[in-house]
Amino acid sequence: MNRLPLPHVDSMGEIVAGCIAPHPPHVVYADNPPQNEPHSEGGWETLRWGYTKLANKLKTLDYDALVIFTPHWQTYIGTHFLGLPHFKSKSVDPVFPNLFQFNYDLGVDVELSRALHNATKEAGMVTMMMENQDFRIDYGTIVSAHMLNRDWDKPIVPISSNRSRHYYSVEVMNEQARALGRACRKAILESDKRVVLVSTHSLSHRHFTTEPPIPEDMSKQHIYNHSNYVWDMKLIDLMREGKMQEVIDLMPEFTEQTMAETDSGSISWMMEALGMPDYPAEIYGYQSVIGTGNVVAAWDPNPETREVVL
Amino acid sequence: MSESPICFGLYVPPQPHPLLAPEQNEGWGELRSAFDTARQRIEESDADLILVYSTTWPSIIGHQIQAHPEPEWTHVDDDFHFLGSMPYKFKMDTDFADGYNQNCGERGLHSRTIAYDGFPIDTGSVVALKLLNPDNRIPACIVSSNVYSNRAESIVLGKAARDTLQQQGKKAVVVVVATLSNRMFTEHIEPHEDRIHSAKDEEWNQKIMEFFSQGRLEDLSQLSREIHGQIRVQKVVAYKPVWWMAATMGQSNNYDGEVLAYAALHGSGGAVIQLTPTSGSFGDKEFDEDDVEIYSGDRDVLDKGMI
Repeated sequence: MNRLPLPHVDSMGEIVAGCIAPHPPHVVYADNPPQNEPHSEGGWETLRWGYTKLANKLKTLDYDALVIFTPHWQTYIGTHFLGLPHFKSKSVDPVFPNLFQFNYDLGVDVELSRALHNATKEAGMVTMMMENQDFRIDYGTIVSAHMLNRDWDKPIVPISSNRSRHYYSVEVMNEQARALGRACRKAILESDKRVVLVSTHSLSHRHFTTEPPIPEDMSKQHIYNHSNYVWDMKLIDLMREGKMQEVIDLMPEFTEQTMAETDSGSISWMMEALGMPDYPAEIYGYQSVIGTGNVVAAWDPNPETREVVL
Repeated sequence: MSESPICFGLYVPPQPHPLLAPEQNEGWGELRSAFDTARQRIEESDADLILVYSTTWPSIIGHQIQAHPEPEWTHVDDDFHFLGSMPYKFKMDTDFADGYNQNCGERGLHSRTIAYDGFPIDTGSVVALKLLNPDNRIPACIVSSNVYSNRAESIVLGKAARDTLQQQGKKAVVVVVATLSNRMFTEHIEPHEDRIHSAKDEEWNQKIMEFFSQGRLEDLSQLSREIHGQIRVQKVVAYKPVWWMAATMGQSNNYDGEVLAYAALHGSGGAVIQLTPTSGSFGDKEFDEDDVEIYSGDRDVLDKGMI
């Protein structure tokens, strides 16, 4: 397998990969990194081993930043981007605070963030830069960034999730997210940056409303219901077959049927930004976390480095 | 009839404008003045506790109850970060939180207390407690809104709160943090441009405030599903705050109601409303849905051979 970095063309941006990177805090909790205060006995290895394999692949790619579309920075007034270069604080998960109390110290590629913002605005969408230094980075961004780059040696560019699904419909969400993806693609290609796109979300997203006494007790982990499982597998099969246009066409029904976290628009955004791949996804792992369905997957535009992982 | 453990109830909006930018819009300023009036009335009451139910604190693992004795942080809103930061340090009644959690369990609900340094207290709770209890004169308790819960859980959650007040012999000011209509403008507007998003939202807000001003809290509770369908953006499964408020305060229409202020908050309907228990009543109606004492979980019809 050729793992050499792609050739770098000066002043020519490039999207070197796109990743689905789910963000249940359980995977960071299970990993026991020094930044996270709670301690676990492990758990969710299928996801974490998949994450490790994908992270190892990203190490072989030459890229400047992770651009992360996160469902947990929820905005109703357009799409927001970070406008400050450095954030240091502590993120405590509002839903699973017992699992995730993560001390972060991260850098933002503000130049790229502003370029994405400007392109979004030029495309006619509502957008805003976030420039309050007290702002706390959401745990969706932190979990996915950490699992894909545990060294935190690349800047990130988080993008908020505009909740147009709530205000209008899944169809409107899908179209708006795709328009955002087109704008971001244009901005990246016109920049001199090489980026990895990250769409952080579960597939089916119905949770159990109780938690085992030992959260990492793997004997308690399974999908919420069979319907959600079948839907998740349907989408993964289409990803394997490179039929991403069909995935996006199915997105409204999938999202309605499985309460999917794709309601954030993140996968619709990423697929449009990737140019709607017609090549197979790399599937790194699938596992349930407290009832939800989670896949780690990647799209590598370079056929020389694209792999059949699972 | 035993004495009510509720001094009075307040229904207040979650957006940060009355806290951070009251001078920028006349309506936001009126809401701020109403918050100040409510603060003064709390100070003049004999309340032992401020009990907050916040619609901007969603939970998944049952309901969560804030039990950190002195949570402290600087909060920034996801949307309205440009209005500024909200540093806070609150004082919580941990005994009440523990008792409330226990009583939730007694009534069949799953719940847990949470006490973690840096836990992200939500915008609505921060705004309410900073404006209503700025000096932490009275300890508080905050309870979340479970995203999957519906009427039964919300009513039982309210009854568990009332159980706890009665058991501990405490009197509370009950604070519900929620808008009336919740549709905001999806683009930036200048402060002077703020107005209720639509005529329909305005009409329903006026109807809801008419009920509140007549003290008809239980009637509003019975209307909750209709309100959700008519003027609530479908972020969650139901409009729950009046279910919880009605159950906590005693499931009646026996209140003096007063709308202290009403104004648009980026298009949504913000109101500061006070309900004070009284012996008089508008009169109870015939209600459509059963009362619930114990939450017995989802009905697993698929597992019972019914199909």
